[in-house]
Amino acid sequence: MRKKIIECSRVSKEFTTDRGTVNVLQNIDLDVYENELLVLFGPGQCGKSTFINCMAGLDIATSGHVTVNGHKVEKPGPDRGVVYQRTALFPWLTVMGNVEYGPKCRGMGKKERREKAQYYIDLVGLTGFENAYPSKLSGGMQQRVGIARAYCNEPTVMFLDEPFGHLDAQTRYLMQEELIRIWEKEKRTIVFVTNNIEEAIYLADRIVLMTNCPSTLKAEYQIDLSRPRDYTTPEFLQLREEISAVVDKSI
Amino acid sequence: MKKKKSYIWLSILSIAFFLGLWWFVTDVIGMFKSTVLPSPVVVAQTFIKKMSSTAPDGATLPQHIFSSLKIALSGYLAGVVIGTPIGIMMAWYKRVDLFVRPVFDLIRPIPGIAWIPLMIIMFGIGMTSKVVTIFLSAFVPCVLNSYTGIRQTKDVHLWVGQTFGASNFQMLLHIAIPTALPMIMAGVRVALGSSWTTIIAAELLASTRGLGFMIQQARGIYRPDIIICGMLAIGAIGSLLSYVLQKIENRVVKGVIHN
Repeated sequence: MRKKIIECSRVSKEFTTDRGTVNVLQNIDLDVYENELLVLFGPGQCGKSTFINCMAGLDIATSGHVTVNGHKVEKPGPDRGVVYQRTALFPWLTVMGNVEYGPKCRGMGKKERREKAQYYIDLVGLTGFENAYPSKLSGGMQQRVGIARAYCNEPTVMFLDEPFGHLDAQTRYLMQEELIRIWEKEKRTIVFVTNNIEEAIYLADRIVLMTNCPSTLKAEYQIDLSRPRDYTTPEFLQLREEISAVVDKSI
Repeated sequence: MKKKKSYIWLSILSIAFFLGLWWFVTDVIGMFKSTVLPSPVVVAQTFIKKMSSTAPDGATLPQHIFSSLKIALSGYLAGVVIGTPIGIMMAWYKRVDLFVRPVFDLIRPIPGIAWIPLMIIMFGIGMTSKVVTIFLSAFVPCVLNSYTGIRQTKDVHLWVGQTFGASNFQMLLHIAIPTALPMIMAGVRVALGSSWTTIIAAELLASTRGLGFMIQQARGIYRPDIIICGMLAIGAIGSLLSYVLQKIENRVVKGVIHN
């Protein structure tokens, strides 16, 4: 039996605005296992980010609860790293400064954290760009820094919130390959959010399909295709068709 | 490279054109009498003489400049050192904001020079009254800009800090202040400009030394050449100060593309 890292039990989230209460998440039950690459897949505005925020502790569920490694999530913490949609790099810090920021916050010594940061900078393929400022990097490279930064803090679980959403198609394919390469080298529990079906099937160990607001979990797919995956194999296309059929009905 | 060179020529041309026009309307066609608008040649002669002569106002030009600079910079530095942290604290800590804001909002619209009469009554026409006046006129832009700058901190950057377990103070130090730095530096530059303007105004009203005083004395004895000398010195020093500050800013503010 694999170890459960995240357990969500009957998680609901409401937002109260001037126009009344919006029910975003409704009774979501989900377990995420150790070193699993779980993809949350769903249409545009279906509360995927809200769900991630609830797990990361940036939002608190209105009812139900989330535990990570057995601890109830009440606020953000270094055991849960997040890579954001738009790059949330600090523009005033170099690549090195950004990547070593997590360990620095925890008071790790300079030499030790530099070594650690260098390891992850190398891992994401940015060797030689340590002293570059984010404004000089391309979108794909910026997201590599974001991934290295999350890794460097050695979280139990990483949340990637549509990290490749604003990249051009070519870079996006490349980054998907890269993410798998990095993850296979340094296995972590990853929850990856996307609204792109190909991306979901390419990356996932398991896909969880979310419906529109109020979001619930509609279906679950174990993806057993061997890696590296190919977008054009019959198995891939068949899965794609199968999943799209279900999504289309739910929108 | 070639392009840059031609731009420099354009800048030199602009000054040459200005001096040429001035010379043309005075010495060449005599549109203005020299007792009203002296020619650039006369002003240049006066400038050279005034470098060492104390006539007619009791001090040489460098002495006047030094006096003005000393007062302006002391008040200015106090304004920056006190104003910037107050702005930062107001933006970061709600309670400080609630406590300081009512008084600050009342003081903010009062121009620096409007403090001069009260300051003269309280502290006389010496150095103190001017330093306090300049302090107030530098203080306001420093508070405003650091406040606005801190408020521009992006939520997503704060989230990153939170997920890394940074404390509130760490987030202020590592995230909010670096975000605000370009804004803070802009405030520091505005403050320098208003300090320099205010010292001259203060000296025009009441003083015994300084560039403003020199100009005011020259007006009394109809010496427009000295007045223009003083004005040009004010302009040149003001530009020089903001140039130096710009250089400092370029070094301090990192990661932003400079044009």
